[in-house]
Amino acid sequence: MSRILALAAAELRIAARNRWVVIAVAMMALFSLALAAAGSAPTGALGADRLSVVVASLTSLAVYLVPLVALLMSFDAVAGEVERGTLPLLLTYPVSRAQVLAGKFVAHLSILTLAIAVGYGLAAGAALLVDPLAGRGVPALFRLGWTSVLLGASFLGAGYLASSLARRPSGAAGMAIGIWLVAVVLYDLALLGLIVSRGGEALGAALPAALLANAADAFRLYNLGASGATAAASGIGGAAASIPGWQALTSLVLWPLAMLALAVTAFRRVTP
Amino acid sequence: MTSLILSRLTRRFGAVAALDEVSLSVGPGERVALLGHNGAGKSTLMKIVLGLIPATSGEVRVLGAAPGSGPARAGTAYLPENVAFHPALTGREQLRAYLALRGQPGRQAGELLARVGLADAADHRIGTYSKGMRQRVGLAQALIGQPRLLVLDEPTSGLDPVSRREFYALLDELAATGASILLSSHALTEVEARTDRMVILSHGRVVAQGTMADLRAEAALPVTFALLPAPGQAEALARAFPDGQADGGALRLMVPQSDKLAALARVAAARSLLTDVDIVPPSLEDIYSRISRRDLPAEPGASVADWRAPLSEAAE
Repeated sequence: MSRILALAAAELRIAARNRWVVIAVAMMALFSLALAAAGSAPTGALGADRLSVVVASLTSLAVYLVPLVALLMSFDAVAGEVERGTLPLLLTYPVSRAQVLAGKFVAHLSILTLAIAVGYGLAAGAALLVDPLAGRGVPALFRLGWTSVLLGASFLGAGYLASSLARRPSGAAGMAIGIWLVAVVLYDLALLGLIVSRGGEALGAALPAALLANAADAFRLYNLGASGATAAASGIGGAAASIPGWQALTSLVLWPLAMLALAVTAFRRVTP
Repeated sequence: MTSLILSRLTRRFGAVAALDEVSLSVGPGERVALLGHNGAGKSTLMKIVLGLIPATSGEVRVLGAAPGSGPARAGTAYLPENVAFHPALTGREQLRAYLALRGQPGRQAGELLARVGLADAADHRIGTYSKGMRQRVGLAQALIGQPRLLVLDEPTSGLDPVSRREFYALLDELAATGASILLSSHALTEVEARTDRMVILSHGRVVAQGTMADLRAEAALPVTFALLPAPGQAEALARAFPDGQADGGALRLMVPQSDKLAALARVAAARSLLTDVDIVPPSLEDIYSRISRRDLPAEPGASVADWRAPLSEAAE
C-alpha cells in the first residue's frame, strides 16, 4: 500500500506541475457555473427548487465532461512512460504492474474528485444564494457527485487500457478520443436511430440492456431516475422509468472494475 | 552464493539470435565488465537478468531466485542505458519515490544525491539537468537499499573524466562491501583497471572472458618496434632487418610476444644504424577489436589493420 501511495504522490506532483489539476478544476468549475446561471429560467414553471434543476443540467454536462477529463488525464499513463523511457527502470523495482497502475489511478481519481467537488460545490453555492429552498436539492447533488466519480473511474480505466494497447502517446490519444466519441456521443445516436427507424416497441427488452451496457447511459439513468422531478428534462426519461435504479448503479460500479482489470491485463503485456 | 548465474542463455528475436548460449557467473564482491559493440547483446542480456524480457532457453539465477521474482528484484539495482526520469520532478522528489518503492525512508534522498555530487541541484527539476546529471540521478537510485547485485548499462556514458573516476571509486566501495557488479561498456580502456573480469560479447556469443592478462595472451598480437635510422643509414637498416616494413622514415618490425627479447638483441646489435627506437605493445583497443572480431562470420583477410582503415578515412 505504501508503494501505491508513493507512486500516487509522485503522480500528483507531476499532474500539478503539468497544470492538469488546474485545468481539470477550472473546466468543471466554469461549466458548472455557466449551467447554474443558465438554469434559472424554468424554475418557476416546474415548481422545483433551483438546485434540483441545476442537478438535472449538471447530469447532462457531466456525461460529456467527466469522461473527457478522465481520458485526457489517463491516456498518457503507460504510453508516456514508454516514450520517455522511464518504464524499464520502474519495472525493475519491487513493485507489481497492478500497483503501478493503482498508484496512477489513486492520483488521477483524487484530481477528478477535487474537480467535481469544486465544480458542483460552486453550482450549489450559486443556487443556494438565490433560492432559499435549494437545500432540498442537496441529496441529489451529492448523489450526482459520487456517481460522477464512478463514471470518471470507468474512463480512467479505459484511458489506461488505451495507453497500454497503443504504447505510443499519439496512438493512445487517438484511441482515447475514439472511446469518448463512441461511448458518449455515437452510442446514444445509434440507439436513437434504431428507435426512430424500428420504433421503441420493436427493440423491447434490448433497449434497457443496451442502456445499461454503457457507463455513460447508466450514469444518466441512475441520476435522472433517482430524481423523478427532473426525469422529464431528458430524452431517455421514459426508458429511465422502466429500469430499476439498482441495475443502473450495478452497471456504474462494475464498469470501473472491468476497465481497470482489462487495463492491468493489457499493461502486463507491454514489453519495456 | 553466486549472485548471478547464466547458463546457456539464448534469446531469439525471430530468426536472429540476440544471445546464443551465453554462460557466465558473477560472485559476491566481483566486478565484471560486459564488452561488445552496439547490438552485441549486452542490453538484451541485462534485460533478461532483470526479468524485463524472458529468455528463449537456458537458465538464469539472480541471487538464487528467478529473474524478475520478488527476491531477485528486491536485491537488484539497475541503471539503464540513457536513463530517463520525469522532467517535472526534482531530483529529490524522484529519489524519494524510488526510496519508498524499496521500503526505505525518504530522508535518505539528500544523502544519496550528495554522494553522487548532486546536493546543489537536488531541488531543481530533472528537466533542467544535463545528461551527466541525469546519469548521476540514475546512479543514486541504483545505490538505494544496499543492493547485492548492480546491473549497470553503460554507466559512464555522458560523464566527464573526473566523474568517471569518482564513479569507479564508488563501485570499488560497493564491491568491497560484497556487492556484485555487472556493467557494460564499449571501451576496454576504461574498464580494464577497474574491473576484476571482462566478458566480451560478439553477435550474441561470448568470444572471450577473463582478466586483462588472459585477454592479452589470448589475442596474441605482435609487439611493434619502430626503428628510426641514423642519417644515411636507411638502406643499411633495411638490409639488416629484411622482415621490417618501411613506414614513412621509419622501419616497422612486427614481433610475436615470445620473440620480443631476441628482437631486442638484434636491435641492440644494429645500434650504429639507429637514431631512436620505440617499442609499442598492442593497445587495449587492438586486443579488444581483435578478439571481438575473431569469431565474426567469415570476412576473408579481415584483420585489425583492415578494420582500422575505414575509420581513419572517415576521420579525414
